[in-house]
Amino acid sequence: MTPLLQVRDISRRYGARIGCSDVSFDLFPGEVMGIVGESGSGKSTLLNCLAGHLAPDTGQVIFDTRADGPVDTVIMSEPARRMLGRTDWAFVHQHARDGLRMGVSAGGNIGERLMAVGARHYGDIRAQASDWLGRVEIAEDRIDDRPTAYSGGMQQRLQIARNLVTDPRLVFMDEPTGGLDVSVQARLLDLLRGLVRQMGLSALIVTHDLAVVRLLADRLMVMKDGHVVEAGLTDQVLDDPQHAYTQLLVSSVLQV
Amino acid sequence: MIRVTDVSKTFTLHNQGGAVIPVMLGAKVSVEAGECVALTGASGAGKSTLMRLIYGNYLATSGQIRVGDLDVATAAPREILQLRRDTLGYVSQFLRVVPRVATLDVVAEPLLTLGVDVEQARDRAAGLLTQLNIPERLWSLSPTTFSGGEQQRVNIARGFVHDYPALLLDEPTASLDPQNREVVLSLIETAKRRGAAIVGIFHDVAARDRVCDHEVDVSGFAPKEAA
Amino acid sequence: MSAYNFAYLDEQTKRMIRRAILKGLAIPGYQVPFASREMPMPYGWGTGGVQVSAATLTPEDTLKVIDQGADDTTNAVSLRKFFERTAGVPTTEETTKATVIQTRHRIPEVELGEDQILVYQVPIPEPLRFLEPRETETRKMHSLEEYGLMHVKLYEDISQHGAIATSYAYPVKVAGRYVMDPSPIPKFDNPKMEMAAIQLFGAGREQRIYAVPPYTQVVSLDFDDYPFEPTKADHPCDLCGAEDSYLDEVIMDDAGTRMFVCSDADYCRSRRDTGHTVTAIGGTV
Repeated sequence: MTPLLQVRDISRRYGARIGCSDVSFDLFPGEVMGIVGESGSGKSTLLNCLAGHLAPDTGQVIFDTRADGPVDTVIMSEPARRMLGRTDWAFVHQHARDGLRMGVSAGGNIGERLMAVGARHYGDIRAQASDWLGRVEIAEDRIDDRPTAYSGGMQQRLQIARNLVTDPRLVFMDEPTGGLDVSVQARLLDLLRGLVRQMGLSALIVTHDLAVVRLLADRLMVMKDGHVVEAGLTDQVLDDPQHAYTQLLVSSVLQV
Repeated sequence: MIRVTDVSKTFTLHNQGGAVIPVMLGAKVSVEAGECVALTGASGAGKSTLMRLIYGNYLATSGQIRVGDLDVATAAPREILQLRRDTLGYVSQFLRVVPRVATLDVVAEPLLTLGVDVEQARDRAAGLLTQLNIPERLWSLSPTTFSGGEQQRVNIARGFVHDYPALLLDEPTASLDPQNREVVLSLIETAKRRGAAIVGIFHDVAARDRVCDHEVDVSGFAPKEAA
Repeated sequence: MSAYNFAYLDEQTKRMIRRAILKGLAIPGYQVPFASREMPMPYGWGTGGVQVSAATLTPEDTLKVIDQGADDTTNAVSLRKFFERTAGVPTTEETTKATVIQTRHRIPEVELGEDQILVYQVPIPEPLRFLEPRETETRKMHSLEEYGLMHVKLYEDISQHGAIATSYAYPVKVAGRYVMDPSPIPKFDNPKMEMAAIQLFGAGREQRIYAVPPYTQVVSLDFDDYPFEPTKADHPCDLCGAEDSYLDEVIMDDAGTRMFVCSDADYCRSRRDTGHTVTAIGGTV
C-alpha cells in the first residue's frame, strides 16, 4: 500500500533556534496520527511545514495525489499546492475565526471551497452547504446566519464542514478542541471520529491534550525541543512510554 | 493462533533515577484455534502485563509474539491496528469511550470500522446488549454514567460484537451477578466453538475450570530478584 | 498658465504614469501600482482619474468630465476648470466631440469610438477587498487566479436578497483572466465595457492604475441559475422619453412626487434637441 503522506527529514529553524528537526514518518490512508508536546516543542511548526503554510529548510513532504501519484509538495508550484489546499487537503484551525470568514454566512463559508474549484450553480452549492450543516449537527435553518452568531462549538463544527465539503483525503488539525468546554469537546470528538470513519480520512492532529489523542488518534508522535522523541501506537505510547520525556508527560496528566 | 515465545519485559523509569524494573522473562504461551488458555498467578505476577504485551499495548523488550501471521513485538503500528480491527479482540477491565456517545453506538463501533453497514451493526449490538441484560432504555445513553457491572457488560458486548479469531479477556466475569456471569461464559463457549483462540484472566475459579482448556502460571516468568 | 507644466503634473511624473498605463493595457484588468502624487484636491474627488487624464491629455485633445452622468455637478465643473487652467485644452459637454472623457460612476449612453479614451475615477480598485482584507493575500489570489471568493459575495447576495443585489461596482472578468472592479458604475453599464474606446482606471489614494484595451472581452460574474442582468428603473425618461438609458430618480416635493430622468445629461439634452419630448412633464406618485 502506498502511504498517503511520506514525510522525510523535515527541518525548520528560526535563526539559531530550532523549530523542528529531521522529522520523518509515513501516514497511510485512513490513519489518524496525533502529534503531542508542550508549547514550543515544534509541533505547530511541523504541522505548518507539512500543510504548506511554512517552507521547511530541508526535507520532503510527499503526498499521493489523485492525478499524478506521489509528489513532493515542498517543491511543487505554489498554485498546485494551493489547489491541493482547497481540494485534497483541509486545515482545521484551533480558533474557528482563523479558519472561517466571520463576515460571510455559514452557507457562504461552506460554499467557498466549492466555488473555488469552479462550482457555478447556486442551487447546487446551497444544497451541499445545507447537507453539510446537517452532517455537523447544525440546524439547517441557520444557513444564512454569520458565524459571529454561533457558539464556539458550532463555529468549530462549521469550520469542519467548510473544510470537508470538497471531500479531502488529508486533514491537518491544530488543537481542534482547544478552548472549548469539555462537554462541547466530547461532541466534537465524536463527530470527528464518525467523519474520519465514514469518509476514510487521514488526519494529523496537533494537540497537547493526551485525552484527545487517546480517543482520536491511532498513532502518536511525541515532540520535544523540535525533535521527535517517541512514536508508536497511541495506547502503547501512553501506557508504556519509553522516553523520559513521554513518561514525564504521561505522569503529569491530572486525574479526574 | 497465538504463540508467545521467550518474551521479556523491562520498565525503565527515567524520572525515578533511571530505575530499571524487569517484570517478565522468558514468557511462553501457545493457544490454538478453539482453545481457551487461562493466565494464573498471584496478583502482581504479570497476568495483565502479558495480556497487554499480546495486544501490543506494551512494547516487548525481547522475544516473539505471534498472533496469526503477525509478530506483534516487531510489527509496525499500522499492522497492529489492522490486527486489532479484524483479528484480535480485547475485553479490558476498563471502559474507555468518547463521552456522550450512545451505548448502542459504542458497542457497534468495532463493526463500523470494519465497514459493516450501520443498521446491521446496530442490530448485532442490540442483540448482544439484550443478551447481556442491558435494558433497552439505556442504549441511547452514554455508558460513562453506568454502574461498574453495566460498564463491564458493555465492554464485553463490544468485545464480542465482531467474531474475532483471537480474543483477550481480562476478568470478564468480575463484578457480574450469576445470571450475567452465565451469559458471558456461554458467549465464551460459543466463541470457542466457532474457533476463536482465547487468552483469559479469571479470578473466578469455577468459571476458569468451565471454559479453559489449560492454565499458564505467569509466576514462572517472573525474573529473579537479582536481575 | 505658465505657472504650471502642461496638465499640472511634471513630465517625469506623467512619464511614470504613462508607463503604468501601458503596462495596464498590456495586462488587461491587472492593477498596476504607481506613485500617486498629491493633487490640489482631496482624495475622493478623483485624484486618480485626474492623474491618468493629465498623463493622457495632449494639447490637441478635447476634454469632457462627467460625474454620475452629469457635466454640471461640482466635481465635474471643478475638474473641467482645473484642466482648462492647467492644460489649456478645449472642453466640451458633448460626448461625441470629446477625445478624453474623465468619468465618475457612469459610462456615456452614446457608443464610444476608437479615437476616444474613457478615464474612470476609482475609489477602491480591489474587488476582493471586502472579503479578504489582506493585500498580500489578494495579490496572491489575483496572480494565481483564485477567484472563488468573488462568487461568495454573489452567493451572499442571493441568500440574503433572493437575487444578486449588487447593483454597482459589479465585478467583471477581463479577457478571461483578471477579475476587476469596474469602479462604482451601475451594472447597467457593464455590457458597454466591451467597447471601441480605451478604458483607463485611476485610483489615487490606493495608488493603482488598470486598463481595458479596445474590444476586450469583459464578462460580468454570475451563477448558472442566477445569470447576470443589467438593470435600470422600469420607466422611460420623463424629459426625453428614452427607454434605453439609465435613469436617475428625482424626488420633486415633500409629497413624494418623483420623476425619472436620464442620468446621462448630454444624452438627454441631445435627444430633446432633436425633437424627442414627453408631452406633459410631471411625475408619478
